Amino acid sequence: MLNIGGLNQGVVIDHIKAGGAMKIYEYLNLEKQDCSVAIIKNAKSSKMGKKDIIKIEGPITVDLDMLGVLDPDLTLDIIEDGKITAKRNPRLPAQVTGIIRCKNPRCITSTEQELPHRFRLTNKEKGLYRCIYCEQAYKR
Amino acid sequence: MKHVISPLDLSMEELDKVLSLAESILQDPEKYSECCHGKKLATLFYEPSTRTRLSFEAAMLNLGGSVLGFSSADSSSAAKGESVADTIRVVSSYADICAMRHPKEGAPYVASIHSGIPVINAGDGGHNHPTQTLTDLFTIKTLKGRLDHLTIGFCGDLKFGRTVHSLINAMVRYPGSRFILISPDELRIPTYLREEVLEAGNIPYQESKVLEDVMPKLDILYMTRVQKERFFNEEDYIRLKDSFILDAAKMQCAGKDMLVLHPLPRVNEIATEVDDDPRAVYFRQAQLGVYVRMALIMTLLGISAG
Repeated sequence: MLNIGGLNQGVVIDHIKAGGAMKIYEYLNLEKQDCSVAIIKNAKSSKMGKKDIIKIEGPITVDLDMLGVLDPDLTLDIIEDGKITAKRNPRLPAQVTGIIRCKNPRCITSTEQELPHRFRLTNKEKGLYRCIYCEQAYKR
Repeated sequence: MKHVISPLDLSMEELDKVLSLAESILQDPEKYSECCHGKKLATLFYEPSTRTRLSFEAAMLNLGGSVLGFSSADSSSAAKGESVADTIRVVSSYADICAMRHPKEGAPYVASIHSGIPVINAGDGGHNHPTQTLTDLFTIKTLKGRLDHLTIGFCGDLKFGRTVHSLINAMVRYPGSRFILISPDELRIPTYLREEVLEAGNIPYQESKVLEDVMPKLDILYMTRVQKERFFNEEDYIRLKDSFILDAAKMQCAGKDMLVLHPLPRVNEIATEVDDDPRAVYFRQAQLGVYVRMALIMTLLGISAG
């Protein structure tokens, strides 16, 4: 069993769909943040088979709920003074801009580069986002 | 200011008003012939679409207004790299209302965000074509006398056909709608439409691969073209294409009041021998499209008769 030390203050992003950790690492721009990061890939999970985990020691200034757009099933464990003070799924924002990109080659955003990539939550249960321009569902 | 980008941008009440106005125009076109005197419609067509553009232009001319615009991206400043947003900002100072056709999905929506005049989506890629849906609804209402409690068969390419998706979305808003979906496996309606619209709304529907079998049940048969390029191989296309071609023999299976609609252009999916059948109303449908576009232009400009 791989063991990485517990956190004093920070967040554990757990139950990330296997293979999804790097996307989250990039979105949070962790490379440039002043914090220690442990990325665990392909960890065994009784619920998911395989999962990724990211442990971050230190203050995070970005809105972690936005991570739900990338993976609605992940969980956020907030750690303070070495204890989990909150454990929850991300709350899915009704609209997001600039986090995900429309992949539809027929979408106006494919030719007009300055347009912001904006998505609207259309199915809360499934965590489904659709492009506000072409209404294509975002496939993770 | 109101724009019409999706068929669902009009509430049921607004839709009823547009259809009623179209009906009044149909009864007495002369009464409306000067309604839009001094008003200009800009037709911004970034890709050719003769029928839709001419229908919009005929609608505005019938109302006493005038038209300006372009009919392909090559003859517009888009060829120089101008954005849709900049184009509509400029056009807003030249015209009172605009109809936009664009190959990219969402372009008319982008225009509506930056526009100083009402924008009508005249078709954006495979996405929306709300005035075709209005045309279909007006045709059904005019020739059937109602929009509720109808069994509508959609035949052909139900996967990529945006007119089919839009009309299903529009018809589920009326009570008693039933759908029969006739297509090869390769061209069945998209899963999201089946699950999120039909099943989620408990709308009765049936799928079939044989047109003749279901013809007797239909009030409306909405035909679309099965395109060769949609198939993985030519063998499948040859095997299946005739099943989805409407001819006089198949029309014998239909009720005497069933109507055949088609968004046009027709290629070979309806044999020309069907054209003389009084139930074939697709050319009448194109004509009614002008009246409903007249009603929409008047509504968006806030103009009432007289």
